Amino acid sequence: MDLTYTDEQKHFRQEVRSWMEAHVPSAPLPSFDASQEGFEAHREWERTLSKGRWGMVTWLETYGGRGLDLIQWLIFEEEYYRAGAPLRVNQNGIFLLGPTLMEYGTDEQKARFLTAMASGDEIWAQAWSEPQAGSDLAAVKSTATLDGDEYVLKGHKIWSSRAVFADWAFGLFRTDPASQRHEGLSLIFFKLDAPGVRVQAIPQIDGETGFAEIFLEDVRVPAFNRLGTEGEGWSICMATAGFERGLMLRSPARFQMAARRLVELYKAHEAEAEPSVRDAVMRCVMDTEAYALSIYSTASRLRAGGHIGAEASTNKIFWSEMDISMHKAALSILGARAELLRSAPAAGDIGKWLDGYFFSLAGPIYAGSNEIQRNIIAERLLGLPRA
Amino acid sequence: MDFRFTEEQEMTASVVRDLLADLCQPADLRRLMEAGEARDNARWDKIVEMGLAGILVPEHAGGLGLGAVDFVQCAEACGYAGLPEPLVENAGVALPLLAGASPAHPLLARALEGEITVAVGHGANPFVADADTAGAIVVERDGELHLIEADSASLTRQPSIDPFRRLFTVDFAASEATRIASAGEAAPLLAQAFDQGALFAAAQLLGIAQRCVDLAVDYAKERQQFGKPIGSYQAIKHHLATVQVKIEFARPVLHAAAAMLPQRDLYSRARISHAKLVAAEAADLAARTAIQVHGAMGYSWEVDVHFFLKRAIALDTWWGAPALHRGRVAARVLGGQLGPDSTFCKEQEHA
Repeated sequence: MDLTYTDEQKHFRQEVRSWMEAHVPSAPLPSFDASQEGFEAHREWERTLSKGRWGMVTWLETYGGRGLDLIQWLIFEEEYYRAGAPLRVNQNGIFLLGPTLMEYGTDEQKARFLTAMASGDEIWAQAWSEPQAGSDLAAVKSTATLDGDEYVLKGHKIWSSRAVFADWAFGLFRTDPASQRHEGLSLIFFKLDAPGVRVQAIPQIDGETGFAEIFLEDVRVPAFNRLGTEGEGWSICMATAGFERGLMLRSPARFQMAARRLVELYKAHEAEAEPSVRDAVMRCVMDTEAYALSIYSTASRLRAGGHIGAEASTNKIFWSEMDISMHKAALSILGARAELLRSAPAAGDIGKWLDGYFFSLAGPIYAGSNEIQRNIIAERLLGLPRA
Repeated sequence: MDFRFTEEQEMTASVVRDLLADLCQPADLRRLMEAGEARDNARWDKIVEMGLAGILVPEHAGGLGLGAVDFVQCAEACGYAGLPEPLVENAGVALPLLAGASPAHPLLARALEGEITVAVGHGANPFVADADTAGAIVVERDGELHLIEADSASLTRQPSIDPFRRLFTVDFAASEATRIASAGEAAPLLAQAFDQGALFAAAQLLGIAQRCVDLAVDYAKERQQFGKPIGSYQAIKHHLATVQVKIEFARPVLHAAAAMLPQRDLYSRARISHAKLVAAEAADLAARTAIQVHGAMGYSWEVDVHFFLKRAIALDTWWGAPALHRGRVAARVLGGQLGPDSTFCKEQEHA
């Protein structure tokens, strides 16, 4: 066990730090979920990243990456968040679909989609859930019918993050109409501006439009857009073994940076803070560090050829609960000012903690609700019987 | 940067785990308890044969010269087994402390051979564990360190709710002859011993936590209600998954704390305290959850969970109560580097 960085890793950190200092926008970009303008500003940032070859550092150079290992990825992320760089508008693409494509895509598919993903030219949304298929995702009813060398898509998808402004979506469709549950499903890509696609924004708790419904009426897409073989969709969606999805959705640096801001806020209000607030702040810092240590441990194991298992589920529960605690601690420091809008004359240094708190409440729900994650942990890690 | 144990470290831990799986099951604990003996001599002889007594003692003092990271998983295994004998405190704290104060002492040589154990009276703990079976006791008195042979100390038993913890208050006549380190020499040694004590207590607590989950899982697979194993119900699954998440995020903290221990700075102290806090919380939640999952059986003497519950209660405040450890974390949070690049911070790099 060696918990020190090599000279090469230190040098790499310095390289990222210098680039970020020179390129990260000085003022925060407008939200990518609130307006086309904010979305495009984030797309432009993705292009800037891509020009520096920082789009996805772990990807092969052929696809716009640098072929770096997971420890270097962690260092990159640490410097990314330390620099206050914008959130990744293409996270559904680069963190979720990208690694899946790498595993299951043909060379032609990789060439077609990965490069444009890493460069920000094509921003992706996920189209899995349906009104009657949420936690019970295997209940999806949307269909894809092969007609020559095209699929005809029909159905209704919902809770698709980024779909309001994104370019593409990857959806789960029933390709075998006689199939039940997990059988007969396929993962198929479609353009969100294709004829027959109607996207309807769903306003969120915070008033933004981070997710949407997608109505598909006879949408024709080339069969080329199917990932993996027909009927393999479920296992592709569920596959966490062997790649990085469970690791990358939320990198530790994001939370460590929030914890640092929380401590700064606490120090600024230490005199009037209750002792219980101090304990809550300490707890948040400990949790963010525990999360970072856990990810370093997993990354070390994966780099040495190990496989990811139930960590994807334990991680998700841990970071989503930690994120809520962190924002709650900040709100309790702010006291009566916590409810104010930032435009209020008395707002002072309230920052974006309330926005962050709302967003944190979605954490235990999206990417598989925490109840489902607990089932997975109980069944796959602890070996308890299925219901 | 490589957050993995070496093959040797994994192998040492698995030897300890296997030995304890053979010789330290709850049935063995009950047998020892009913016999009213201080120690299972057959088991202790096997443990001594593993040759771990000197694992943390420097080579120049006759030890193996290894580090906390080489021993931490062994301590986890001792917690998992609920081991009554003092492997962890003897090898993990007492012998390195004696070696630091008096590397050439003949009692150290005997202890390294496994002839005797050494107990520790550290100011952080109001009692001395396993003083009656020890051949010698290293005691802190007014900041100085004294070494007393077992027969020259007067021991008063302080019975613990944990039937396997043998706690004593120790009276002895401190003199030049018993002193092995002045206050100045003793201070860094005592600080080091405290960090080791807290770290290995955390390791045992983590082992206890996992044992409680495993006991509850075994029961939940067997016990049927409403025509199905209770472990198939989400109410049970979610309880146990919640505990397992706590364990999964305490483990890397513990292992990092072991690796960082030699730094002896603000950051390593905070990491050790962090490990102690979260391991104790995991053990507490695991024990209570295991009792709940067992239902009324969980509250019975017959089910083994209470052995682990009691050890968890004892170790929660042994080598520093939570408030003390929270203070050490706060010192780092409020006075040290924070942020994404500070996970593996060292004071010297930020001096």
